[in-house]
Amino acid sequence: MAEEKEFKNLVIQGAVYKTTFTWKFENRVNWEAPNPNLIYSFIPGTIIDIFVKPKQKVKEGETLLLLEAMKMQNQVRMPFDGEIVKIHISKNEIIPKKFLMLEIKPAR
Amino acid sequence: MSLRSNILDLRKRKREVQKGGGDKAIEKQAKMGKLTARERVLALLDKNSFHEYDLFVEHSAKDFGMDSKVLHGDGVIIGTGTIYSKPVCIFAQDFTVAGGSLGLMHARKITKIMDHALKMRVPLIGINDSGGARIQEGVNSLAGYGEIFFRNTLASGVIPQISVILGPCAGGAVYSPALTDFVFVVENISKMFITGPSVIKSVLGEEISMEELGGARVHAELTGNAHFFATSELECFEQIKKLISYIPRNNGGKAMPFPPKSPKKGKKIEDIVPADARIPYDMRDIIKTITDSSEFFEVMELFAPNIIIGFGRMEGDTVGFVANQPMVLAGVLDTDSSDKAGRFIRYCDAFNIPIVTLEDLPGYLPGVDQEHAGVIRHGAKILYAYSEATVPKVTVILRKAYGGGYIAMNSRHLRADFVFAWPTAEIAVMGPEGAANIVFRKEISEAENPEEVRQQKIQEYKEKFANPYVAAAQGYIDEVIEPKETRGRILHALQVSQNKSVFLPNKKHGIPPF
Repeated sequence: MAEEKEFKNLVIQGAVYKTTFTWKFENRVNWEAPNPNLIYSFIPGTIIDIFVKPKQKVKEGETLLLLEAMKMQNQVRMPFDGEIVKIHISKNEIIPKKFLMLEIKPAR
Repeated sequence: MSLRSNILDLRKRKREVQKGGGDKAIEKQAKMGKLTARERVLALLDKNSFHEYDLFVEHSAKDFGMDSKVLHGDGVIIGTGTIYSKPVCIFAQDFTVAGGSLGLMHARKITKIMDHALKMRVPLIGINDSGGARIQEGVNSLAGYGEIFFRNTLASGVIPQISVILGPCAGGAVYSPALTDFVFVVENISKMFITGPSVIKSVLGEEISMEELGGARVHAELTGNAHFFATSELECFEQIKKLISYIPRNNGGKAMPFPPKSPKKGKKIEDIVPADARIPYDMRDIIKTITDSSEFFEVMELFAPNIIIGFGRMEGDTVGFVANQPMVLAGVLDTDSSDKAGRFIRYCDAFNIPIVTLEDLPGYLPGVDQEHAGVIRHGAKILYAYSEATVPKVTVILRKAYGGGYIAMNSRHLRADFVFAWPTAEIAVMGPEGAANIVFRKEISEAENPEEVRQQKIQEYKEKFANPYVAAAQGYIDEVIEPKETRGRILHALQVSQNKSVFLPNKKHGIPPF
């Protein structure tokens, strides 16, 4: 077949099929295991306030920052006892969804 | 006053109202590249067949200075007419009158023609071109939408309902088209969304154009909300007429028969399909060797193209085709293709259209994104739809029929009436490669040359199981046929199925996985 060069390989259960891909398939989001030490924005919005600094020790449940979205101020809390490693945002910054805001690490 | 002057007065009134929003608004409409509501209705229906009702209806709003405003026909045209000399009911929103906004009387006109359509058992065509709810009319406007949605649901499966999006269709208004059978969109003209770009920007900070958010291509390719995509309004009307020619007027009858014709002479059917199940071909070429005049009217061509659905005729009668497309994603079933086929099967079943299934698929698409997108419940739709359908159902297995895909694609076990397989068919739990790896895991891993043994075992499995004869021995397929016999076999199967009658357990309705 002359047009065979244009085909891509799709592997299903060990067999390699020659075929074409859809835009949706090519742009699908690849799964990544969530890293508990990275805090991402769950919604696009504005950083209203940041209450922590790098190297600060923080207890589980303490509010780290305020993210305003859809006219609501969302408190982003510490998921476990630990320490702030790095801050990637600044006050009044407008950030998209899934934006890396903070890096943290557990205590001990 | 003589009768003559009354007649002249009537004519004058009609002329005035038929202008809709007036010359300026009509000019604006033309500048947007759109026809007026009246032009659309006249272009779509048979010449001189349109009869209008409720021309003199006026809006009933009193607040916000509305009482001093005149809105001709309250922004919508309703009536009856014919397409191919068969009656239809139609409404067309008039964007030149208050942006086609929907108020109480506007909605009442639409529901009136919907009630007619359902009572008279004729197709309903709705042309949408509206800015949305008429804010000044408040809850009356919402009530109007609700009344429309209720009737859409009531009429579903009784009469064909066709929605044509020829302008904006935003907010709650989108749910009427979503409840209808077929949605037509036109490039650069159709816009459908629940919340528009400005709200999305102010709330979420995401910037996007109307076309990128809810344009024709988005709905035809990505969301699956639209079934037919055209580049001009006139092309769109041709598509609607073609569709009308393929479907029955209501669920009590059959589509109008056409003179039987043979498929066009072209490539031989056995020359289209490569023997190696991993090499693709265009399944549409196979359909065209089966249908009258080799004509195939594809539905949802751009959405989930790994499955093909559409109408063709065999000996003059309409047949619905569901076929895997090896050319795209190897023809796998996934969330979108299951959803697409499942709905089409239910459409055919509701309107007495026999279903021919052409099968060649490696199974369901693997992937985290698929699992998390709910491929279990979406995939179940196709099983449900085939099992529930009582119209004649014929399956032809061309090559691969593996695993869950084999069961889903109208297998005997879901009550296919006739199942045929080509000698190239491979009916098995999975392909030889995957199966050999599992069944002969030990032999392969313990061998001195694992790859050599693997290939040997794949070959062994292929010869033993990757063929149609194991399933044929169980009676799961009725006959192994030569490719060139395909059309003849399907035709005969449909002929003997003409008076098919099946009794299902009594129920109010099932609970399909949607």
